[in-house]
Amino acid sequence: MEPTNLAVFWAGVIALSILMYVILDGFDLGVGILFGLTRDMTNRQQMLNTIAPFWDGNETWLVIIGASLFAAFPAVYAVFLGAFYIPVLLMLFGLIFRGIAFEFRQRTERMGWLWDRGFFLGSTVVAFVQGAAIGAMMRGIPVVNGHFAGRTFDWVHPFPILTGIGLVLGYALLGAGWIVYKSEGELRDWAYARIPRLVVAVFVVLALAFTVAMTIDAGAIAQSNWRARGWGIVFPVVGVAALVGVVVSARSRRDALPFHLTALFFVAAYLTLGVMFWPYMVPYSVTVSNAAAPDASLGFFFFGGVIVLPMILIYTMGVYRVFRGKRHRGYS
Amino acid sequence: MDLDPVFLSRLQFAFVISFHIIFPAFTIGLGAWLATIEGARLFTGNPLYRRVFDFWLRIFALSFGMGVVTGVVMAFQFGTNWGVLVEKTGSIQGPLLGYESFTAFMLEASFFGVVLLGRNRVSPRFYFFACCMVSLGTMFSSFWILANNSWMQVPVGHSIVDGKIIPSDWWAIVTGPVMMVRWPHMLLAAFLTTGMCVAATGAWYVLRKIHLAEARVMLHWGLGFVAVVIPIQLFFGHLTGLYVLKHQPAKFAAIEARWKNEQPASEVLIGIPDSKAEKNLFAISIPKLGSMIASGNWTSAEVGLESFPREDRPPVVIPFFGFRLMVGMGLIMLAVSWLGNFLRFRGRLETTRWFLWGTFLAFPTGFVAILTGWYTAEVGRQPWVVYGLLRTKDAVTPSLTTGDVFLSLSGYVLVYAVFVAFGTYYIYKLLREGPTGAAVPIPGATPNRPMAFADDAATATGTSAASGR
Repeated sequence: MEPTNLAVFWAGVIALSILMYVILDGFDLGVGILFGLTRDMTNRQQMLNTIAPFWDGNETWLVIIGASLFAAFPAVYAVFLGAFYIPVLLMLFGLIFRGIAFEFRQRTERMGWLWDRGFFLGSTVVAFVQGAAIGAMMRGIPVVNGHFAGRTFDWVHPFPILTGIGLVLGYALLGAGWIVYKSEGELRDWAYARIPRLVVAVFVVLALAFTVAMTIDAGAIAQSNWRARGWGIVFPVVGVAALVGVVVSARSRRDALPFHLTALFFVAAYLTLGVMFWPYMVPYSVTVSNAAAPDASLGFFFFGGVIVLPMILIYTMGVYRVFRGKRHRGYS
Repeated sequence: MDLDPVFLSRLQFAFVISFHIIFPAFTIGLGAWLATIEGARLFTGNPLYRRVFDFWLRIFALSFGMGVVTGVVMAFQFGTNWGVLVEKTGSIQGPLLGYESFTAFMLEASFFGVVLLGRNRVSPRFYFFACCMVSLGTMFSSFWILANNSWMQVPVGHSIVDGKIIPSDWWAIVTGPVMMVRWPHMLLAAFLTTGMCVAATGAWYVLRKIHLAEARVMLHWGLGFVAVVIPIQLFFGHLTGLYVLKHQPAKFAAIEARWKNEQPASEVLIGIPDSKAEKNLFAISIPKLGSMIASGNWTSAEVGLESFPREDRPPVVIPFFGFRLMVGMGLIMLAVSWLGNFLRFRGRLETTRWFLWGTFLAFPTGFVAILTGWYTAEVGRQPWVVYGLLRTKDAVTPSLTTGDVFLSLSGYVLVYAVFVAFGTYYIYKLLREGPTGAAVPIPGATPNRPMAFADDAATATGTSAASGR
């Protein structure tokens, strides 16, 4: 069955929102992960300064994804959140601790260490469960009568655990690129030093995940549609090239390049997944057309999409413009 | 009552939404209060109003931030625990709740930024306009929540295709007669809640002999506002009761703890409903008053719970006490506000210390009324999640186990205990300190980060110094 135009519109909106989320919240989660790797308080404060005006707006996209899925693809919303009950719970706790650590750590002398630890752990947990969810989706989600039919801890398996670690490293790499892009002096040197190590780590985890997908968790790749779409090989190639470019540009100290090339790597990885799984929204059980709400709902919600999303996009661009450059000083 | 996934999921939903609703309800009222006080400043030019405004703007920012964080959790609750509800009614509830999220973000991305950061960048008239738009935005946000919940209470404008409930008439869904009663009821509740908090804060300062000029504004405006609005609210409460009687007679009987059909019906003022014996212990009731309240005459027959099959009856204890607590809070507001205005016209408001203490202690009345009112509405709707269409026990995500929900519920209790305690403590600190200095955003504050804005000037400079700038 072909999806209706409205269903394709909403699938596009959600796909774009996920990509926006992964890259934007990815870099600030990554800064949170790196935050735990230094004890230097000046470094820590400067790291927070690089993401202070952005991080909360970046999380907006997560709620846009949740709200749009509920409205436009209720079947996906129900299956996904049922299958990932514990990971979603951990993600919400992680986001809460991250968010409040940001606001509370400056208000207390004694409890500062607690909020700092919360900020690092919260960021890491959020990244890990998101990566694990992707890995578990690649293995396939059992669905019966429109509902998740597996067990609570199905997602705890070698392949999803590797993808979880992979995303932690990937976000950390984005974060390192962002710090380089937005800071100077000692902190920038510190972040530059981490970039090649993170790239190597990402490659190692990718290789391990690939091996596992061919052996223990056979099917994570084999079931997908990549055979029918040979041209799709271009995306992983671009991704690998981008990662190599990250190391090269870090060597030559071009401050803007590592972040943007890492973002390109994420786009390539995302498109690779798209090639493998389209038209499945939940592999291999729920497609765009069988998950879509009736057109009466999609049409009613359409106005929300065409009015609100451009506004949020313009607003997002405005914030990034106001706080452009390395030494943003806030509005004051 | 077994500890099954259904019961634990209900408990969890009740827990997270109870913590959530406190903040948006407060924010709706504060939005309107800020617009009002800014309007007063614009038209009188009195700088006192500016100080009051700046002070409450900080509370607004913090409360908005807490609302956003607890709201993110709500955005996932339906899918994690109520999968069948989503599958069957998602095409109606999804767009309604989706519009709510979108409205909130639209607000954040537009006029909220002007109000938080644009005081010196736009004309005073435009600034006032932005305040009004923020207030309107918070009300609009509640519109969608109430549209969704009203549809769950009295479903209209839908058809059933292949076991799924799909929309057939959106206009009927968002403007149903029930919605048009319950939305104003909720809005007025939010206004009253904030009105009582504003008055209580003023009373607190007068008692402590600080910020007297600002305290007078808060006390007078708060008490004056509540005095005018509370009768209107009681009227809308009455209309809400009428919709319950008409569309949800079992809920009405539960609220009244009326077990048997009666003619004429008596009104149980207070008692302890005994669900096993199906009677009330230690009840104080007034003959015939029950008929008068429900039908407007002294002789009408009123249905009791015995008229409904056991499996269609709601629990009685929570709606019975919830309703009485809510009404009780309303009556306290009525007494405090009218007495306060009486004292004010006698010129004795600021010197009558026992009354100021009473006003101060009445600060939570609005919150208690909102929570107990919602408990009455939601528990009274049981055993249905969508009245008459879908039972709560059939709506839960099928793959959930008791252990899963036990784990998540315990987690929410722990995490919320830490974070709501700190947030509330921080609001308390701001309130205690009172209107000192102007609100200055710390570096990196944006409308997306309202909590950062709540910092006072001293902390802001401290932070800049610490970060070496």
